[in-house]
Amino acid sequence: MRVDVLVLGAGPAGMSAALEARAQGLSVLLLDENAAPGGQVYRGARADARGPGADQARAGAKLAAALAGSGAERRFGATLWAIEPGPVAFFSEEGGARRVAAGQIILAPGTTERALPLPGWTLPGVMGVGAAQILMKSAGLLPSGAVWLAGQGPLLWLYAAQALAKGGRIAGIVDMSGPRTAALWHLPAALAAPGYLARGMAWMGAVRRQVPVHRSRDLRAEGDGQLERVVIDGTPHPADTLLLHDGVVPNTQVTRAIQGCAHRFRAGAWEPVVDEWGHTSTAGILVAGDGGGVFGAAAAALSGRIAALAVAHALGCFGVEQRDALAGPLLLRRGRQRAPRRFLDALFPPLPPPADPVMLCRCEEVSAGRVREAVALGCLGTNQLKAFTRAGMGACQGRVCGPLLHSAVAAARGVDGAMVEPLRTRFPTKPLTLGELAALA
Amino acid sequence: MFQRTEPADCSIEWDGAVLPARTGEPLAAALLAAGVVRLRGTVLSGAPRGAFCMMGACFDCVVQVEGAVVQACMVAVTPGMKAAP
Repeated sequence: MRVDVLVLGAGPAGMSAALEARAQGLSVLLLDENAAPGGQVYRGARADARGPGADQARAGAKLAAALAGSGAERRFGATLWAIEPGPVAFFSEEGGARRVAAGQIILAPGTTERALPLPGWTLPGVMGVGAAQILMKSAGLLPSGAVWLAGQGPLLWLYAAQALAKGGRIAGIVDMSGPRTAALWHLPAALAAPGYLARGMAWMGAVRRQVPVHRSRDLRAEGDGQLERVVIDGTPHPADTLLLHDGVVPNTQVTRAIQGCAHRFRAGAWEPVVDEWGHTSTAGILVAGDGGGVFGAAAAALSGRIAALAVAHALGCFGVEQRDALAGPLLLRRGRQRAPRRFLDALFPPLPPPADPVMLCRCEEVSAGRVREAVALGCLGTNQLKAFTRAGMGACQGRVCGPLLHSAVAAARGVDGAMVEPLRTRFPTKPLTLGELAALA
Repeated sequence: MFQRTEPADCSIEWDGAVLPARTGEPLAAALLAAGVVRLRGTVLSGAPRGAFCMMGACFDCVVQVEGAVVQACMVAVTPGMKAAP
């Protein structure tokens, strides 16, 4: 199979990139692992959405409808697992592997939740806030019974507001965020995106009127075989579900596996180095949206269109002048949408690594204490840590533990995160059966 | 716990037990809605685990469906689906 543009990920960035590339007359193949378009933020988005976050849902439904009529080939339930020079990509669908050669590739892999490790967080019943939002969007499940939320960041308050507005029940929230003062420097710049902060304050206000909020970082989950209670500042509270959140980080599982694709450490997370168009340091590979640095859905959609214009130019659709004329207004709008990010990054820096007994690597069951022991023995980085402890070598391939191991090693060494290399990833970046592989022959 | 806002329209089997489910929803969501929180024990220590990320990242919800090892959060429910730890 051969296409002009391969787009990976059908969230705001990927759908926008596919649409813009089609508008410029390019052939497009759009792949997404999920069963339907939307990514995480536009998952199950409906044009008749109401309540908190409804503006996002309406934008997502509009994009998905436009995409369906765009002539872009869309494959859902399709998992990309390798990219080789060419560029050539490999993916699996319906039990068979496929190969596709592309003029250029736009990756829009989005983000994953940064895990929040605390005592007892591996118990069944403890999940991510983002996970619970997916349950709400994909299956209409609402929290009921003794559901607690803990951590920090905008998504925690958005989910609480959405769940309450739909009739869900939340027993309490543990706000683990730090002092606000350091973020105030960035507040004036954040006001350039009108409405953004006002919406956030409205969600928080609505939630605080209905749910008790504890301010603490002394939290643990307890239970025999599954979650039964949360203990806040030494006081136990019955709990059947605990939802944790510490922001989101770019999903770099694929970009880190691409030879020569440079990454940098910014705002407490690794992200691919990209220029204003989304070009990575590997020829023919672009990244659009939050997978290239977290700025939110509206900025991601604009990044998708900007990347598609760069690709159209590279493939000979038009010259530099027309590319710049088309992209100029989009770049300006994206700049405004990105304005609040420094404020939010300063407001919610990642929480510090947990105490020694707490598990960091859920798959290989490696605790924070064992990571610190390894550092004391001379382990300098996360890749070396694999040899010391097997941390990061389990089924999740470092997706969950990667950022946690990284911050624990950096803290134990007493160096900035930029000094500690992230876990290297390798293709296949998702498990692949021999049967699937055989379909290539 | 989680409660449904839209009614179940089919049933699935989990470890031999018949549970209500909704066609097309993630298998992990159907299990959670039916109160099934613990999905497996870890290979290393046997520690209990359940669905955690719901987006295909953590692999804690790995189960067997019709003999294949899959992530329960990434598999859509079909009527009569048979799943087990």
